[in-house]
This record gives sequence, C-alpha cells and structure tokens, in this order.
Amino acid sequence: MNGLAGTGALTRLALRRDRIILPLWALVVALFPMSVASSFKSLYTDPKQLADFAHQMQATPAIVGFYGPVYGDTLGALAAWRSGILLVIGALAAGLTVIRHTRAEEEQGRRELLGATAVGRQAPLAAAFLLTGAASVIIGLLLWGGISSVAPGAGALAMGVQYIVCLWFFAAVAGVAAQVTQSARTARWILGAVLGGSFLLRAAGDAGGSQDSPLSWISPLGFLQRIRPYGGERWWIAAVGAAVAIGVALWAYSLSSQRDLDAGLVAPRPGPARASRLLTGPLGLTWRLQRGTLIGWAVGFAVLSLVLGSAANSAGDAVKESPQLADIFRRLGGAGALGDLFMVTLISIAAIAAAAQGIQTALRARAEEQAGRVEPVLAAAVGRTRWWGWWIGFALGGPALSLVVLGLCGGISYGAGGDGVGRQLPRVLGAALAVLPAVWLTVGIVVALFGLLPRLVAAGWVLLAAFLLLGQLGAVLQLPQWALDLSPFSHVPHLPGGTLSWPPLIWLAVLAALLTGAGVWGFRRRDIG
Amino acid sequence: MENIIEATGLTKHFGPTRALDGLDLTVRRGEVHGFLGPNGAGKSTTIRVLLGLLKSDGGTVTLFGGDPWKDAVTLHKRLAYVPGDVTLWPTLTGGEVIDLLGRLRGGTDPARRDELIQRFELDPRKKGRTYSKGNRQKVALVAALASDAELLVLDEPTSGLDPLMESVFQACINEERANGRTVLLSSHILAEAEALCDRVSIIRAGRIVETGTLAELRHLTRTSIRADLAGSPDGLSSLAGVHDFTAEGSQVRFQVDTANLDDALRKLTAVGVRGLTSQPPTLEELFMRHYRDER
Repeated sequence: MNGLAGTGALTRLALRRDRIILPLWALVVALFPMSVASSFKSLYTDPKQLADFAHQMQATPAIVGFYGPVYGDTLGALAAWRSGILLVIGALAAGLTVIRHTRAEEEQGRRELLGATAVGRQAPLAAAFLLTGAASVIIGLLLWGGISSVAPGAGALAMGVQYIVCLWFFAAVAGVAAQVTQSARTARWILGAVLGGSFLLRAAGDAGGSQDSPLSWISPLGFLQRIRPYGGERWWIAAVGAAVAIGVALWAYSLSSQRDLDAGLVAPRPGPARASRLLTGPLGLTWRLQRGTLIGWAVGFAVLSLVLGSAANSAGDAVKESPQLADIFRRLGGAGALGDLFMVTLISIAAIAAAAQGIQTALRARAEEQAGRVEPVLAAAVGRTRWWGWWIGFALGGPALSLVVLGLCGGISYGAGGDGVGRQLPRVLGAALAVLPAVWLTVGIVVALFGLLPRLVAAGWVLLAAFLLLGQLGAVLQLPQWALDLSPFSHVPHLPGGTLSWPPLIWLAVLAALLTGAGVWGFRRRDIG
Repeated sequence: MENIIEATGLTKHFGPTRALDGLDLTVRRGEVHGFLGPNGAGKSTTIRVLLGLLKSDGGTVTLFGGDPWKDAVTLHKRLAYVPGDVTLWPTLTGGEVIDLLGRLRGGTDPARRDELIQRFELDPRKKGRTYSKGNRQKVALVAALASDAELLVLDEPTSGLDPLMESVFQACINEERANGRTVLLSSHILAEAEALCDRVSIIRAGRIVETGTLAELRHLTRTSIRADLAGSPDGLSSLAGVHDFTAEGSQVRFQVDTANLDDALRKLTAVGVRGLTSQPPTLEELFMRHYRDER
C-alpha cells in the first residue's frame, strides 16, 4: 500500500484547487434533469399528451439518433431521454478533471516536487480517481433525489446509477489516456476521441430505428443508456458497466506503476537539428503548433458527417417503408424533410463543436503567453498584431475549415444514397457555412477577452456550455425568448430545408468583426504575461 | 559616448505592488553593463519595459534613441534577448527554436550557430520538453549569441549552467565585447559580474542605489585587513574609517574604507608588522552592505 501513501493529502489539494469549478459542473449535471422533468410536467398536463409526444419523438429517426431511444411514455422516461446531453457533458468534465490532476500536473513538473515527498507513486492517480469518483456519486445522489421529487420511482434511482457509472467509466478512460502520453493535451484528445466515438456509434446505431442495433451496444454511452431508467430498468447493465469502469481504472493503475516519472508509453524521438523553411515566422510557428489540432478536428468532422450523413439517408428510407409514419411526415413536409431535419440537428451540434475548436485555439494563444513563450517572439522583430493576428486567423479559420469539411463530406454521404450528390452537396455545404457567423461571434468574444481582460479568457468555455444548454434545453425549460436569443446559435437559419434570412447572419458577422477588432486593439495596449 | 539604453524615473505598478519606483539606468555603447540585484528587486520588470512587453506607468525610456513601446519591432531587429526563465515549445527541437528565433529577428549566421552549439555542447535534435533547465538556457543563449544584434539583453543567463558552461559563456561575452557589442547582463551572481562587467548598476526595491565602474564602486567600499603585529595596536580601532575591529593577542582584524587605507597602514607599520593579509573589496561586500544596512 506504500504506493498510495499521501492519497488523502493529494485529494485535499485537488479539492482545494477545484473548489469552484467542481461544484459548478456537478450541480449543472445533477440538477438539470430535474428541471427538464418539471418543465415537461407543466407542458404536458395530460398523460395522453405526454404519450403522444413520446411516440412522435420515438418515430423521428433524427431525434432518436441524437438523443437516443425513448424508453417509455411517462414523465420520467421523457426527462431521462431528453437530458441525455448532460451524460456527455458530465463524462467530459469527469475525464478532464482526472487529466488535470494527473498528467497536467506531471507535465508542469509539480508532480516531481510531490514525488520527492512521502507520496506514493500511485497516489496522484488514486487521488484523482477518488475525487472524481466521489463527485460522481454525489452527482448521482443529488440527481436521484431531485428527479424523484418530480417523477418518483425506481427509474430515478436507475438514472442516478447510470450517471455514476458513466462518469466513472470516462474518468477511468481519462486515467488510462493520462498514462499513455507525455502531454496532457494529447491525453485530452484521446478522451475526446473516445467520447466522440461513443456518441457517434450510438447515434448511427439508434438512427437506424432499431432499439438494439449492435453499434449502439458497443458504444459505452449507448450501452449505459440501455439501463432504461423509467422504461423497465435493466440493473445488470449498471453492474456490468461499473465492473468495466473499475477494470479500466485498474488498467490505468498497472500502466502507472510500470512507467517512469514524466514518461509516456511512447518514447520521445529526436527531431530535426535545423528548422525547415516553413518555420520562418509567426505564421510558420503558429502552423507548427496548430497543425495537429487543425487536422484532428477536420478528421473528426469528416467522420461525423460521413457516418451521420448516411444515417440521414436511411432515416428517410425507414419512413418510406412504413405507411403510418409516412403519413405523419407527409404532413410535416415529406420524407425528404425528415433527412433534412437530421442534417439540421447534425449541423447545429457541429456548430458548437466548431466554436469549441476556435475557443481552444484562442486559449492556446493565452497558454503560450502564460508559459512565457510569447516573450522571445515579441522580443524579436515581430509586432504584436502580427503574432496575435495569425492566432486569430487559426481561431477563426480552423472552424471554417472544419465546417467546409463537414459540408463536403455530409453533402456527399447524404446525397449518395438518395437525391444525388449534385443536389445535396451545395445544400449541405451552404447550411454548414451559414452557422459560421455564430461560430465566429462566439470565438470573437474570447478574442476580445484575450485583448481586454486576459485573465477571464477561460470563461469562454462557460459561455459555450451556456450556449449549448440554451440551444439543447432552453426551449424544453420554457425559458423566455430573450434568454434563448442570447445564444448566437439561435439566430442561424435551419438549413437545409428552412428559409435563409440574411440580416441576422450579417449582424452576427459584424459583431464578430467588432469583437475581433477589440481583441486586437486591447492586445496592442496591454502588458504581456 | 552614445547611450544605447536610457531610462529615467521609471515606475511600474502591478496592482498594489510597486515593482519599479523611479528607476534610472544608462547603458553606453560597447560596454558590458551588469544589472545586479536579488530576486524580486525589479530586474526582469525593467528588462520587460525595455523590450516593450510591459508599459511603464511613469518616467521615460529610450532604446537606441527610440521608444521601446511604440517602435518595438524596428528596435528589436537590433537586439537579442535571453529571458530569465526560458520555456521552449514542447514539440519543437532545440535546433528549430534557435533557427526560428534567428529568423524572427532577421537572420542568423549558420556557421556561428553551429560553432556555438558545439561550444555549449548542446544536442539540437532533442525536443523542447525533454531539455533540462541548463539545456533550455543554452538554447536561448545560442540563439542570442548567434545573432548579429548590436545589443544583447541577458536576464540571468547562467542560471542552471554548470561551471564549465559558465566559463564558455564568459569567454563568449568577452568576445562580444571585443566585437563592439553592447551587453546588458542582469545577474545576482556577483563573481560573474565582477569577471565580465565594465560598469554595474545595483537595483534595490525598484530603484538604482549604486551605479558606476567596478573601480569607482570599489572606492566606496572597504578592504579587509588581517595582521600579526609586533606590539599592541593602541588607537587603531578609533582611527577614522576603521570598522569591525577585533584583536586577539597580537592578531588584529578589521575593515577599512578605501579612502583611509593609507592612514591605517601607516599606523600598522608604526607598531611593526610580522604578517599581513589584505583582501580587496568585492562587489559582494558592497552589495551586502547595501542590502544589510537598508533592509
């Protein structure tokens, strides 16, 4: 047990460092499902209305694809289904917390300082697991208590357990990722890829219409969704899930016990002794630092749109085979409208992801500054506008590139089996580009913060999470229109299929340009560091 | 002689903390100027203001006769900088960083770069995250020394270097002086400043408390004397300029102001000297005196 010496002290240290951010995300994840349930309760006073709504949702592949199957027609089942996005947010937050307290600490050299004290080699990982594990349990209990006050029953407990197991699993995955690579950033990429992959598998599986598609079963998110809270709970899934999560956590332990401090599993190789011709100026440097990120996001968007674009196709097919469904959707605008609806939902989620890419890039510039790596560049003959300008270029251009990739790949896969690529490619590409002003506005806020209030740049993530929740749950929670309008993403047209209105797009773009200008203006005037 | 750096009455606040408090600094063309002070005295803040990375709250500063805040880019073409805490890009190799910084500044002499890499025994193929502190320092030093900049701004450049590399560094600085380059060398290692600097400025709590050539500064300080006398040292302790006088039998020890050295020696020889060791004033003593007395 020597390896675990000092775990308690490290856990307290982690609690001290996370005393604001941890309660914040824990409360959001734990309490949102309850508010969704209360909102449904006031929206649908009659059980018949509720059941009709549930059946209509279940019959819409686009919706089932993104939120998962609806496992019942009761209040609890609908609330559990509709707040599924929080399962993803919670899993991401839990994983990031683990990486923050393990690999990020080690990369910064603080682990070395601790490693020389009476702290066991497994203690940092154990402390990170203890912290996130306990936080997950508290989230589960709060969620159980909260939602059972609105929708009592075994389903409430099942939902609490579902969240605990899901957060445990992704915390354990993050623990493994933190052992494998030397850099915290790569570990976060691995976590994001596993989480994004699970979402994608589940979405592709569920969009097919069958509740038991193998794709959904092999996705960790899909697997855990099949605990079916309020819809004939399957407790054995929770047990298997918990066992797998613990198994993955133990795997992280065994990896951690075999490696050296600071080392990953992949040994670093020597690089070039001279800089290539590309690495000559601020552009070359920014490109070098950002190319992995740029390619990573572009590949992610390509996979997402290829898989879900063809799912949108089959969404239309499923309706054609069922006369009753076809009848419902003819009134909604025809089977084509169903595929379009799927694409609209895909693009609205991709817009948030693209904004995340932009914010990540802008924050990377801030990290460069805080690490003291901007000083030598600015102390050479490089002006501030030139340095910051290229970073802004990547922060705005990266998401644009990703959305173009999404439009091309989505258009090809959506058109290939159905109406033809020639018809769908321009529609989907146009739709993807139409969200760009909203993405740029969001990134522009972070750019402005970087110039004017650099200490607050990380608030960009809070802002993005707020926009995501407003878009996903704002209408369900019956928030007033002005609150919904706060999110720039509420102003973009519903394309393909909807009507395109230019003025909001122009306004968004103008605001984005003003904010970007303010960010440049501020950075030219402030102290570095 | 032309002044490369001229600062008068510089002030800079960080919230309630006063980092610079009316700082005056003059660096002349072609000199190696030592900028001495303990941690937190304001050395790095001064350098960052000189580089236009921080904006001063008050006072005036010129660099090559220009304004370092407004004309940063044109002025920076003429200088090279080694930060006090060198952080490298984790994924770039040392060689890439050296080339990049050289190109950002406007060109490096490749032959000189390779020679310096050899002299400092640096492996340029390693990635930034795998270098030790001393090796990171070497990367920044090679990048700066390989440039053809007129002014080198070095912020504690030898922290983390081993004694061998320290002597390579000193040899390099002496060559730069011979080539007519100007160096601003911030340091808290006084032996290094003594070995390299033509003039020094001592900073304390954001102000320059002493500035001048080493000879001028020595004049302000005291020589330590240890003597074995033939007789009793009567009246020696009350002599003007004599401090910390102790006597043990025939052995005496004291410090004497440089201005009164002659009188003290006359007194000693009058008593009769059997043995004598004297220690010249060191920068360290001067430094310690400033900090001990005024703390």
